[in-house]
Parts: sequence; structure tokens; C-alpha cells
Amino acid sequence: MITISTALALVFFYAPLDAEQGFIQKIFYVHVPLAIVSLCGFVLGGVFAIGHLRTGARVWDLRSYCAIHMSLIFAVAGLITGSIWAKASWGHWWVWQEPTLVSYLIVILLFATYQPMRFSIEDPERQSRYASVFAVVAAAFVPLNFIAVRLSVAFVHPRVLTLGGGNLPGSMRFTFLVSLLGIALLFATLMKYEMAAKSARSQMRALRRTLYGEDSLVAAGRSAAPR
Amino acid sequence: MMAFAQAPALPLHTAGPYVAAAYIVFVAVILIYVTIMAVRLGRDERRLAELRRELHDRPGAGASLGAAGAGADDRGGSGQADDHAEVAGRR
Repeated sequence: MITISTALALVFFYAPLDAEQGFIQKIFYVHVPLAIVSLCGFVLGGVFAIGHLRTGARVWDLRSYCAIHMSLIFAVAGLITGSIWAKASWGHWWVWQEPTLVSYLIVILLFATYQPMRFSIEDPERQSRYASVFAVVAAAFVPLNFIAVRLSVAFVHPRVLTLGGGNLPGSMRFTFLVSLLGIALLFATLMKYEMAAKSARSQMRALRRTLYGEDSLVAAGRSAAPR
Repeated sequence: MMAFAQAPALPLHTAGPYVAAAYIVFVAVILIYVTIMAVRLGRDERRLAELRRELHDRPGAGASLGAAGAGADDRGGSGQADDHAEVAGRR
């Protein structure tokens, strides 16, 4: 909260107005960190899934599930904020010819199928194994997709961050980095929160099984979450 | 603080609504998520307490209660992923 509050203060009172875009550029400080953190979260979900496939420990499946779930939420927020920026800057909510937008949407839609896929598999062992394989493949798609978009020729989406250091002046860069840190910390906190909630539910299921037997779990219905 | 004091007035007349909308969306998405999670967590905690009470009332259920409920009693948010693994391992 402290980092995000600091970031907001820096965004509105410290970072200078962009010469070209003016005040609209302030959206950059929330949209870009959301997009970066969500994409990193998808990759993190894949890394955790590798841990699950290697060790077979359920905790890695839970981490993978929570990372992907949180990334989806952040990605949707990033998509909406980006759309608002596009309307303000380009005059359109969405531009289908722009590879950055479309590729980001494809990544979101790809990971949006993760939960329905889990839900469709009843057996917990198979569910976690298939989900991990999906998470690894989908996570590998994220950097490939990113590189493909960067290599594309025609784009109107700004390229502010590059391998050469980017075009941001010092004050803007500092503000951006604080925003990125704030949103990354928010991601970590919410992910931990969700893991705690899922863990509590898991313990409840264990107690229910002890008390009423396996039938009670069948009556409770199937779940997309790791069991 | 000096930088804040010397900051120019924000040009809110044209771009303001868009910038405000973007930040409101961000806060709203996080708030909605936290609210949903808080409601679900509260519901789960109530059910958990209910189940543990029922388990206590059953004769001879003390050992299994100790095994299944220890994690819920003694630990908070941190390390609960390990509890999850332990519970799953006992299946």
C-alpha cells in the first residue's frame, strides 16, 4: 500500500507531463506495470507448474493456479486501462490492426481457458497434471509472442521500454519503476492471500472428509481449484 | 515535498476523465477481487469452525481432529501452502 501510494503521488505530482501526449500519458504508469506483471505472472505460473511436474507436490500446483488466476485479473485490468488510453490517444477503444493489442488479447484468452479446463477434469490427479502441462506450454507462448510482436514492422503502439534503455527521462523512469514495484508487490500480496484462502478451504475439505466420509465431497461438487 | 508544492496544476479539462477512469478501473478491479475473496474466506472460516465443533462432539474423533485441524489453528496465512500439501498428502 505504501509503495502504491508513493507511486500515485509520484505519478501526479512528480513526473512531468509528456510533451507529445500530455496528461493522457499518466495512464502509462498503471497500464504498463499491469501488463508487465500479468505477463510475468503467467510465466511464473508455468515455472511453478514445472515444479509440480518435477516433484508431484500439490503445493506447486496451488502456486501455479494462484499465479495464473491473479495474472488473469491483472491482465483484464491492464486490457481495460489500455483500452481507455487507446480511446483517449487514438480515438478508438480497440485497434485490430495493432499486433501488441491483439497478441495480448490472445494471451489472455489462452489463459482464460485454464480454469474451464481444470473444471472439466474430475479426477484431482489428472486435473493437476494436465493443468501443469497446459500452464508450461502456455507460459512458453508468452515470451515467444512478445518477441514476435517486437519483430513486427508496422505498429502504432508506443515502444517506451527497449533493450537500449528506453526513451524515458529520469523522473519518468523513476516513477514508472516505483509503479512497477508497487503493482508487483500487490500481485505477490494478493497471490499469498488467495493461497491462504485455498489452503483454508483444503483443510475444511479434509475435516469434512473425516466427519462425513468421501460422499460429502462428491455432494460439494467439483472444483477448478487444486484439491 | 518541495517538488509537490511546485507542481503545476493538472490539466484535467480534456484528458482528465480518461486518466481518472483508468485509475478507477484499476482500484475497482482490485477492490472487487478483495471483496469476493473476503466474503468467501469468511464463509469458509465459519464452515470450518462449524465442522470442527461437530468433530469435537463426536466420541473418539479427537485424534483425527488433531491431525486435520492443527494447521487451521496454529498457523496464519504464511506457510499455508505447505498445510495444503500436508492435507493432500494424507488423502
